[in-house]
Amino acid sequence: MNASAHRDLLTKAYNVKKRFLGMYKMANAGHVGSSLSVAEIITFVRFGWMKKGDEIVLSKGHAAASLYSVLAEDGILSEDDIKTFYKNNSYLAAHPPVNKLKGIPFATGSLGHGLSIAAGFGMAYKLKKEDKKAFCITSDGELNEGSTWEAALFIAHHNLTNVVWLIDRNKLQGFGRTEDVMKLDPLDKKLEAFGFNVLTADGHDFASLEEAKLKVQNSKVPTAIICDTTKGRSWKLYEDKLDSHYLPMKDQYDLIIAEIEREFNERKQQVF
Amino acid sequence: MINYFDKHPEMVFITGDLGYMALEKVQEKFGEKFINGGVAEQNTITMAAAMAHEGFVPWVYSISPFVTLRPYEQIRNDACLHDLPVKLVGNGGGYGYGIMGATHHNIEDIGAMRLLPNMQVYVPFTAGDVEQAIGQMLKDPHPNYLRLNVGAKINYPVAPFAQWRKIKDGKKAVVIGTGPVLENICNTEFAEDLEIWVVSIFPIAQLPNDLIAGINRSHKLITIEEHRGEGGLRETLSYHLMNHLTQPIKLLSLAANGYPSGKYGDQKWHQAENNLGGEGLKAALTQFLK
Repeated sequence: MNASAHRDLLTKAYNVKKRFLGMYKMANAGHVGSSLSVAEIITFVRFGWMKKGDEIVLSKGHAAASLYSVLAEDGILSEDDIKTFYKNNSYLAAHPPVNKLKGIPFATGSLGHGLSIAAGFGMAYKLKKEDKKAFCITSDGELNEGSTWEAALFIAHHNLTNVVWLIDRNKLQGFGRTEDVMKLDPLDKKLEAFGFNVLTADGHDFASLEEAKLKVQNSKVPTAIICDTTKGRSWKLYEDKLDSHYLPMKDQYDLIIAEIEREFNERKQQVF
Repeated sequence: MINYFDKHPEMVFITGDLGYMALEKVQEKFGEKFINGGVAEQNTITMAAAMAHEGFVPWVYSISPFVTLRPYEQIRNDACLHDLPVKLVGNGGGYGYGIMGATHHNIEDIGAMRLLPNMQVYVPFTAGDVEQAIGQMLKDPHPNYLRLNVGAKINYPVAPFAQWRKIKDGKKAVVIGTGPVLENICNTEFAEDLEIWVVSIFPIAQLPNDLIAGINRSHKLITIEEHRGEGGLRETLSYHLMNHLTQPIKLLSLAANGYPSGKYGDQKWHQAENNLGGEGLKAALTQFLK
């Protein structure tokens, strides 16, 4: 990835985060931490990886604001659409809607569906001999769902290399830390045992995500990328805390905006 | 399925790891479009919905409860809410799996499925209905559930597959049945005096006018279903009849009530235990038609 592409991704991620933080502020809503966790991953897939015809399935539908914001950044949703988030008579519910928006092939929100959706896309592309990819972004908490592992078995068995599975590994779930609720580690070993090409990346760093992307291209088996992330990143009060999943920002909003601006400027400097 | 495949390249057959000595020819015909989804019904349904999104028409086959109740939320969210042509094929609706036991029976499926948005339930009556039902399902761009069972064998002619079919006229009472269990009335001495209808597609939007007229003439209605009355034929007919009755009627609901003795047997045994067949059915009909 050259400096220009990197800078473009940094700018887009900054815009995406600023937009969804505004949405959460307007709605006085929670799930801020979930969107901050996945912001760079979803930005990278949308603007740095996927091609025309590919699909992104945001299986962690509770981070819908990040998806809406990415779609707005791509011109699919207007800023007027964005203003309807969480309001009555809106398509932009707290979880992605059914059959209404280009870029959202399936409604998600009930965890454990997304990887199976990607498996179906992968199988369909294979049968139709189409050179397309299905990107599935799951949380780590939803790896508790048995259906996720059913999908993993299926993808590996049918060698659906056109499915790319990105795991937002922030190690927090609904009511505790993943390792306290139902431990997932060693997650890499588990996924390897299922037959995946397992990569790890810093889920907030585009250079690291790019490195993973390059390794996917030559893989003979499907890939799962464990993206190390921090839930509520940039919300210093609640970074890596469960509170960032539930609480609205209230008077913290300005501080978070200041922090993402600081990070944006710092990263830009590094890239140059 | 085999007969339709050549004209419908969009068809995909997905089995939930079943089909020994039954699906080998389907497997051969469908080739790479025959997929064994494994014992993983939740993934299978969602995957099928995604394939339907991409233009395929997936037929997902398993034992009835495993393809309806086990992956219920996947059916609702991924197939029905998105209104995709996922075709569920459940073998052994009702007590079809007999001595295999309660886990393999399904007496809640019609109710559970007809409740879902965009879903239509197809319940063949005779063996000949099945191919016609599949043909109709292929033309229907929505999610469907096909409830399979051993076809009825009766001595009355049966019209081509449709939602409502009158089997015969009769004056003493009107019978409405769904599925092959209706044969247990058609094949008794009571049948001669009964007006008999079979309903084969759910949900029901409205009742045929001559059916309403028949009920208002005899003031007696018998429903028979190898399914719970709650959520089943009894309940949905009650709703539709409310606006059409000219005076009160008597209703005999013959339905599957589960496992009264807690014991198991073949399909006929379970039917008899629930007064859906055998002496219990005869006694119930005798009492009702007095």
